[in-house]
This record gives sequence, structure tokens and C-alpha cells, in this order.
Amino acid sequence: METTTVKPQFSEAAQAEIKRLLTHYPDDRRKSALLPILHIAQAEFGGWVSPEVQDMVAEVIGIKPIEVYEVSSFYTMFNLKPVGKHVLEICRTGPCMLRGSDELTAHLERITGAKVGGPASADGLFTLKEVECLAACGFAPIVQVREKYYEQLDTPEAVDAMLTELRNQVHRPALPWEETGLPNAVANN
Amino acid sequence: MGRKLLTEHINVEGIDTFEVYRKHGGYRSVEKAIKTMTPDEVVEEVKKSGLRGRGGAGFPTGMKWSFLAKPEGVPRYLVCNADESEPGTFKDRQLMSKLPHLLIEGMITSSYALGANTSYIYIRGELLYVLRILEKAIAEAYANGFLGKNILGSGYDLDLHVHPGGGAYICGEETALLESLEGKRGNPRNKPPFPAVQGLYARPTVVNNVESIAAVVPIINEGGDEYAKIGVGRSTGTKLISACGHLNKPGIYEIELGVPVEEFIYSDEYCGGIWKGRQLKAVVAGGSSVPILPTELILKTAAGENRLMTYESLSDGGFVTGTMLGSGGFIAMDETTCIVRNTWNFSRFYHHESCGQCSPCREGTGWLEKVLHRLEHGHGHMEDIDLLVSVAKQIEGNTICPLGEAAAWPVAAAVRHFRHEFEWHVTHAKEAAQPGAVYRPSAVLA
Ligand SMILES: Cc1cc2nc3c(=O)[nH]c(=O)nc-3n(C[C@H](O)[C@H](O)[C@H](O)COP(=O)(O)O)c2cc1C
Ligand code: SF4
Ligand code: FES
Repeated sequence: METTTVKPQFSEAAQAEIKRLLTHYPDDRRKSALLPILHIAQAEFGGWVSPEVQDMVAEVIGIKPIEVYEVSSFYTMFNLKPVGKHVLEICRTGPCMLRGSDELTAHLERITGAKVGGPASADGLFTLKEVECLAACGFAPIVQVREKYYEQLDTPEAVDAMLTELRNQVHRPALPWEETGLPNAVANN
Repeated sequence: MGRKLLTEHINVEGIDTFEVYRKHGGYRSVEKAIKTMTPDEVVEEVKKSGLRGRGGAGFPTGMKWSFLAKPEGVPRYLVCNADESEPGTFKDRQLMSKLPHLLIEGMITSSYALGANTSYIYIRGELLYVLRILEKAIAEAYANGFLGKNILGSGYDLDLHVHPGGGAYICGEETALLESLEGKRGNPRNKPPFPAVQGLYARPTVVNNVESIAAVVPIINEGGDEYAKIGVGRSTGTKLISACGHLNKPGIYEIELGVPVEEFIYSDEYCGGIWKGRQLKAVVAGGSSVPILPTELILKTAAGENRLMTYESLSDGGFVTGTMLGSGGFIAMDETTCIVRNTWNFSRFYHHESCGQCSPCREGTGWLEKVLHRLEHGHGHMEDIDLLVSVAKQIEGNTICPLGEAAAWPVAAAVRHFRHEFEWHVTHAKEAAQPGAVYRPSAVLA
């Protein structure tokens, strides 16, 4: 993770991925790549996008920083403040509520010590965030962590299994552009 | 057993790979269209099929395609709406993650029909893992000559890209989606101009739902007339229904349009009845934006006819006694469900998701949430119930995009059909505010 005193810079793998993404849009429409690049930035820089990271994104695309801020603040997926190692995004919408999302949220607050919308748990492991429908309502209740969906968390055992898996994750999962063998991916070592 | 035009092979091992998909008849529609049909003939087949948009509005797809402006020398685009964020709807996620090549095949055939040389799939940002699956499948399609330059030696070129959103329900509205695809906030545009004339990058654009695009594949393979034979009346073909809530078997079902609602809920072929042996109380049949109906009105129309899973039957009775098929997000609620709490939850959703551009929606959704919150939490007054109806009325028809109505209709319907529950929340405020409390007629009679 970068510290804020050093000007952040994308890894080489990410730069290659960004270059690929920019080919998806007309040359005079580079701004179209903003959301995809913000996702890369958030994944590479500790799960949130600091003002410095956003400035870097603006520079990479060739747009004004304000154009990045107004977008990052509109979309709920971008965290504008530091987060714990794992951000647990709990769906709170109707269908999930019908199958126990309120109870799940209360349970997660109890066992992690973190509060929804508040800072990370004392051990720095978990940030709890409530989100709206994740398009998985038939498998409710749901928690999303990075790119993974944990479904049917309606028993303490299912919740424990998720938390154990996350606690045992020493490194964050490799990002697709860091893996070899994928289209246009670059090895990152 | 109904016919499965989209999901027949969904559980075949490896069907997400080009090779296995191809072995099961994949990409035939591309070959047929590109080698034996003109683009206009493809559009004609889709018109004949009677296919109606599966994203929620039910607008005839072939007709939408024929509105696309075709000025000389200006690129045009097909954009697939994979934003799937309407609460209760989770069919597109399943289709894309299990059958990525079906969507890609549909995109190629449809892009050919529209004369688009670049097309995009706009997928909600939460589904990045599905974006990876699609990108892998797209790479396979390129490698096998179904995408890129000179597809199948025809001279037709097509590039296909997947683009993630960033978490915003409003980006499912097609003009907000286009703004988002241009790298901006997802604020819906004023219309006209419509996307068919000025869409992505101010160029002619068609936006279609994932399931609509996928349905083009069987339509071209079997012919529009064959497709139109399935279903009832103007509800042709098959539809994916994502069923959730208090059902024994929630999940995604491909039904032939016309299955009776009662059969869909109770038969073992579909949802297998209500969980825990309980009674059904209410259903939201087409995603959270459509009016809620109590059991007696979802199973039968006001005229006493069996309600069918079709556009027409579900909307029979208008908003007084009917609802809508919408996106096919079918939410069942058992007898222990608190309608006030549920309505408040959905209002919070719409308030949270309003883009804030127009005041009736920005302020109105806030009011709805606030008033419902106080009713649910034991601080409501009798006047609040009519206040809800009045706020809902003032939102309707006064906004730039239909999110306003999507927020207003469910509240108006909940009060219409369950007014006694709202009243009980005022007369029994303390009791109603207890966690898990629910109005039941017997509780009142006792
Ligand atoms: C607030 C709002 C949200 C919407 N969300 C979606 C969505 O998630 N997916 C979708 O396909 N259509 C959605 N729509 C409908 C689209 O605007 C558009 O009608 C649809 O994508 C057209 O495709 P179709 O004709 O194939 O259904 C939404 C509309 C509104 C007003
Ligand atoms: S109706 Fe609501 S969501 Fe739609 S443009 Fe107006 S404020 Fe935005
Ligand atoms: S309501 Fe939670 S995934 Fe849809």
C-alpha cells in the first residue's frame, strides 16, 4: 500500500491493463475509461481512493481532477476514506431483509466489533458497509467482499466460514491483470 | 415442462467455454444471420417474434430497432444493459456468469442487424467477477473469428467490450447508463432526443437488456414465427423469472409466458410453495418498482380469472387491482411480513438511489422514507397515511426519468391494499415498533 507522502503510481501490470482499457473507447473519449480505471485504483491502493490517487487517475486519463471527484463521489462502490483490510458489503434491501439481513448485520457488528458505516474493527481487519440489492436476492442474505459474493449467510456457521476464510487471507487475492495467462495480462514480479 | 430457449444447456459442464458452447449449437445464429440474411431481414425476424424488452418496460424490441437513425458515415452503437439493480431481479447475473457466450452471440447477431461496429456491455460494478467471465469468453470469440475484423469472411467488423459501472441503481435507466459509459455521473438525460437518435457520444444507439439480447439467438435460429408461437397473446416466448423471498425454492426459472401465477408459486416444477409451511401474504411480481398485491389479487384478477405470468394478465385491473410483469423479479412475502417495514425499506432504497437532479424525486423520495420510518418506528399519525399517498401523487409524472414513479407506485399500492396495517401502526404504535412485530387480522380481532 502507498503512503500519502509519496506520489502514488500504478504498478506496471495495472498500467498495461489501463492501456488496454483505453483502446475500448474512441481516442477523443478517453474519459469513458474513468470508472474502469477507478476500480483498478481502488484495488491497487488499499481498497479506497485517496485524493492523491484520484489526481493520479485524472493525470493518466488527461482530464481535470474535479471530473474524477464528481464521479467518485456519485458511485457507492468507491470508498473515499481508509478502510479495513476487508470491506464487508452487506445487502440491506427488501428481499435480503425478508431472509434475515438485519440479523446478519447485527451479528457481524457483534463479532467483528465494527459498526456499519463506521471505522474498521480494532484489529484493522473488517469494515462493515451496508449496500443496496446486489442482484443475488434468491440466495439471501448476501455479503460481497471485493469481487466475491458470499451467499446464504443465514446461519452462524456460514458467517464463521466466511470470516475464517477472510482472516486466513494473508495477501489479497491476485487481481486479474496481475495474473498471467489472461488476455493481455502482464506478469507482475 | 415448458420449453427452455435460453437455459437449456445452463448446467452443462464447461458451457462457459467456447468449445463446449459451440458443440451445443452455439454461434449458429451468427452464421445464419451473417451468411444468409441482410441486416434488415434480421430486424424483421425479431419484429415477427413479438419479443418485448426484458429489462422492465416491455417495449417491442424489433420496433425499437427500427427507430434507430442511420445517418451516412456516423457510427452507431448497441449497448447491452447489464446493470441489473432492480431489487428482486437477479436473472441477468446468472445468465451471464453461466452462459457468457449466449450473450456474446446475441450481441454479435444484434449488432449485425443494427449495423453497429462497436458494441458495449455495461455491467454493474458489483459484478466485476462476471465481467472477468465475459472478457474471457469475448477473447475466445475473437480467437475463433466471431469478433474482430471480417467476421466469417463477410466483411462485417465488430468489436465488443465490457464496461463496469460503479454502484448506482439509476445507471440502469438507459440515458443515465450512457452518461456513465461516457465517464460521468449517472444523471438521466432529458428526452427527446432519444438514444435512437443521439445516444452514446451523441450517436444513434440502441440499449437493450441482457435477456432481450440473449433471446435474439433462438429467434434467429428458429425463426420469429416459431418464437411467437410460445406464450399467450402479445406476451410471446419465454421469460426468466427470478424468484425470491419466502419461497421453498427461490431461484431463476425460465417459463413459457402464460404459466398461471398459482402454479408458479406452488408447483414443484417452480418455487415449491411458501417456506416453513406458512401462508402467502403478498407478492411484488416484477421487481421492487411495481405495485405490491395481496394474495387474493395476485392469484386471481378482480374479475375472478386466474392470473397468468404475462404482461397483460399481471397488469389486468391497472394499478387499482393489478400490477406489472416488469423485469420478472418475483418477491414473495409470507404471513409474518410487516408490509409497513417492507415499504419503508424500499423507500429508503429509492431515496438512496435518486440521482437528485429533479426536486419532486429528490425531495419526494426523502419524504416517503421519513414518513414511513416514523410509522414503522411508532411515531406516526393517522394523517401520515394520506400524506404518503399525496407525496406519491406529486412525484408521479413530474420527473425527468421513471425512478420517481418507481418510488411512488409501490408506496401508493401498499397503502391501497394494506391500509389497515398502516393504521394499526398508528393505533398500536408501541407494539408495532417491536422488532419482528407484524399486523395480523387475528391479533386485532382477539
Ligand atoms: C430507474 C431505472 C432503472 C432501470 N434499471 C434497469 C436495469 O437494471 N436493467 C435493464 O435492463 N433495464 C433497466 N431499466 C430500463 C432501461 O431504461 C431500458 O428500458 C432497458 O434497458 C431497455 O431494454 P429492453 O427494451 O431490452 O428491456 C431501468 C429503468 C429505470 C427508469
Ligand atoms: S426522477 Fe429521480 S433519478 Fe430520475 S432524474 Fe429525477 S432525480 Fe434523478
Ligand atoms: S435484495 Fe439483497 S441481493 Fe437483492
